[in-house]
Amino acid sequence: MRGNLLLAVDGLRTHFFTRAGVVKAVDDVSFKLNRGEVLGLVGESGSGKSITGYSIMGLVDPPGRIVGGSIRLSGRELVGLPQEAMRALRGNRVAMIFQDPMMTLNPVMRIDRQMTEAILAHADAGEAAARARARDALVAVGIPSPDERLAAYPHQFSGGMRQRVAIAIALLNRPDLIIADEPTTALDVTIQGQILYEMQKLTRDSGASLIWITHDLSVVAGLADRIAVMYAGRIVEQGSCADVLAAPAHPYTQGLLDSVPSRNPRGARLRQIPGMAPSLMALPEGCAFRDRCPRAGRACAIAPEMEAVGAAEAGRAVRCHHPLVPHTVEDA
Amino acid sequence: MTATTIQPDGTLRVEPPPGVPLVDLRGVSKRFVKHVDLAGKIANAFGAGVREEVVHAVDRVSLAIAPGEVVGLVGESGCGKSTLGRVAVGLLEPSAGERRWRGTRVDALPAAERREAQLAMQMIFQDPYASLNPRMRVVDIVGEAPVVHGMIGARQQIEYVGLQLNRVGLDPTLMRRFPHQFSGGQRARIGIARALAVKPEFLVCDESVAALDVSIQAQVLNLFMDLRTALNLTYLFISHDLGVVRHISDRVVIMYLGRVVESGASEALFRAPAHPYTQALLAGVGSVEPVKRTFVPVQGEIPSPLDPPTGCHFHPRCPHAMPRCREAAPSLVAVEPGREVACWLTEGR
Ligand SMILES: Nc1ncnc2c1ncn2[C@@H]1O[C@H](COP(=O)(O)OP(=O)(O)OP(=O)(O)O)[C@@H](O)[C@H]1O
Ligand SMILES: Nc1ncnc2c1ncn2[C@@H]1O[C@H](COP(=O)(O)OP(=O)(O)O)[C@@H](O)[C@H]1O
Ligand code: SF4
Ligand code: SF4
Ligand SMILES: [Mg+2]
Ligand SMILES: [Mg+2]
Repeated sequence: MRGNLLLAVDGLRTHFFTRAGVVKAVDDVSFKLNRGEVLGLVGESGSGKSITGYSIMGLVDPPGRIVGGSIRLSGRELVGLPQEAMRALRGNRVAMIFQDPMMTLNPVMRIDRQMTEAILAHADAGEAAARARARDALVAVGIPSPDERLAAYPHQFSGGMRQRVAIAIALLNRPDLIIADEPTTALDVTIQGQILYEMQKLTRDSGASLIWITHDLSVVAGLADRIAVMYAGRIVEQGSCADVLAAPAHPYTQGLLDSVPSRNPRGARLRQIPGMAPSLMALPEGCAFRDRCPRAGRACAIAPEMEAVGAAEAGRAVRCHHPLVPHTVEDA
Repeated sequence: MTATTIQPDGTLRVEPPPGVPLVDLRGVSKRFVKHVDLAGKIANAFGAGVREEVVHAVDRVSLAIAPGEVVGLVGESGCGKSTLGRVAVGLLEPSAGERRWRGTRVDALPAAERREAQLAMQMIFQDPYASLNPRMRVVDIVGEAPVVHGMIGARQQIEYVGLQLNRVGLDPTLMRRFPHQFSGGQRARIGIARALAVKPEFLVCDESVAALDVSIQAQVLNLFMDLRTALNLTYLFISHDLGVVRHISDRVVIMYLGRVVESGASEALFRAPAHPYTQALLAGVGSVEPVKRTFVPVQGEIPSPLDPPTGCHFHPRCPHAMPRCREAAPSLVAVEPGREVACWLTEGR
């Protein structure tokens, strides 16, 4: 599996040119994803997680624009790809699942038509074969009585069912890469558990890679192989899920973990990060986390670069002058 | 015997005698009736048979909350948490059952005392975005009720609001601003300041931190806990987030489709959940420990409260369901001191 690189994002910058100023929603984001790997993209609201996902999908609308960097899928550059070519990739090689399943579903079209159209748009299949595949996809995401369900409209489903249908559609053409943008955030605990179970099973069976976007560390903890933590448009820490959660290296990651109630003695004051995230239109000079950071020092007036920390083979990196795990020492 | 405490603001508060709950709901139900609309009536004239729909949002719930206690109320969407919270503070009249404040039926209180009791119970709403009037300035959002109820004079409003904002960690110089000029965490604080401005003793917090990011959520939860000690507050804390509830509650109540299925001391209940639904809920909770796990789902969907399953509402999803579970609903019985469970598995023993 190792070294089987699927996606390489390098120095990605996506900015929004609004009347009030330039919003640097994604600013110098780099990461790699192997085949079959699950990456948890974590951060607070507004940190740039969704726009990172939209950039990969070619779904950034004006006034937003990718202003720099590259996105390579199986070696092929996606930045600057004509709309036509991008559309052929979407729903075929790459697919996205949104927090609101109605972003995927058409409210006035029966489920069977939505699904067969998604198949026929990318494959040379017959109507009957497409219908059979749609039915199988519903079964795979745990929808009971699929034949009845195929003839229904989205509003006839519960929220959890709609999200299952959206997932079924995303998986129809066996994409290499699935980007899931907080698909369980709006769902109830028991339904969330069901969807996570289906996703885990489906990606395992199909060998697809998954980027799971969330603000909920407890979801990625059980699901992801690797974690990337975003803050103010940048990835500030990345590494294996086990390493990062066991010993976070960036003060922000540590602050996030410390503020989770179950990591605090019951009833005690929670450890909290003071202040709030800066506006992306007026980022402070130097490290963007500076005025909330307990470790900030004079060096932090200069923006830190992403640098390796810990054992060289662990593949961890953080954007911090004073990380909690020492910078990797290179052998002479 | 009654104890009297002096509040930080100099007012006196008489504690109810030991053993008397501050808030006491007894066999409370709330039904919502969806009447047949005009279109339905016309359809009925042609024999369509459109009938009234009744939702049992809350079904015979009893809940007593001691002074100073923090009770967590947990359950999935639509199970009746908010409705029960609204009944508890008197925003909704129960369809059946009674409501006591400091041991006396609220509907038996003389008008003046009833109004006082009403102010002493406040609710902080689910959505800090929608619950603040966008056209009102913070100074009025927080200061209006105390002036209207004659707690302060109109001329004291600015000074008073300043104190309230300080208490929840907001800069008083921002009181001329409108809600949209604040962040989510700040808006949550405005909602808290508004509730506290009328000096309540009992607060119902309905998903008050659900819309907030983790780091901000921790700030607001800490604020709730600080205020509890500083102002001697009693809370009913509604949340679907079990981690949050476990952290701040002394006691936890679990609801499923309008009924309480289990309640008990927080520590004990989380350590050993007794009801199959509580067990399913806890199994669905992730931890932030870096342990890869296989998600094990509970069966089935949450049934519609318009047409709840017969007997035990949980039976279509329950791995232990027996024929009897379909026929009759188990009642809530004490299985050990302080722990009550409604399940035939435990009751039948
Ligand atoms: N005013 C109303 N009219 C009719 N039905 C109502 C009304 N208010 C609530 N209900 C119904 O009562 C049930 C309980 O609703 P409630 O708002 O108490 O749920 P909840 O547990 O707070 O859910 P959530 O977690 O989604 O906030 C639901 O089925 C809801 O649709
Ligand atoms: N259409 C838009 N116009 C202007 N700013 C935008 C637009 N879409 C997103 N942004 C901004 O980009 C930043 C990152 O957004 P997003 O990626 O959606 O965050 P999240 O991490 O919550 O998914 C936010 O500050 C957001 O306000
Ligand atoms: S660079 Fe400095 S301010 Fe930024 S996170 Fe590291 S120590 Fe804190
Ligand atoms: S009463 Fe029966 S169906 Fe209900 S929770 Fe207990 S075992 Fe399950
Ligand atoms: Mg987002
Ligand atoms: Mg509610």
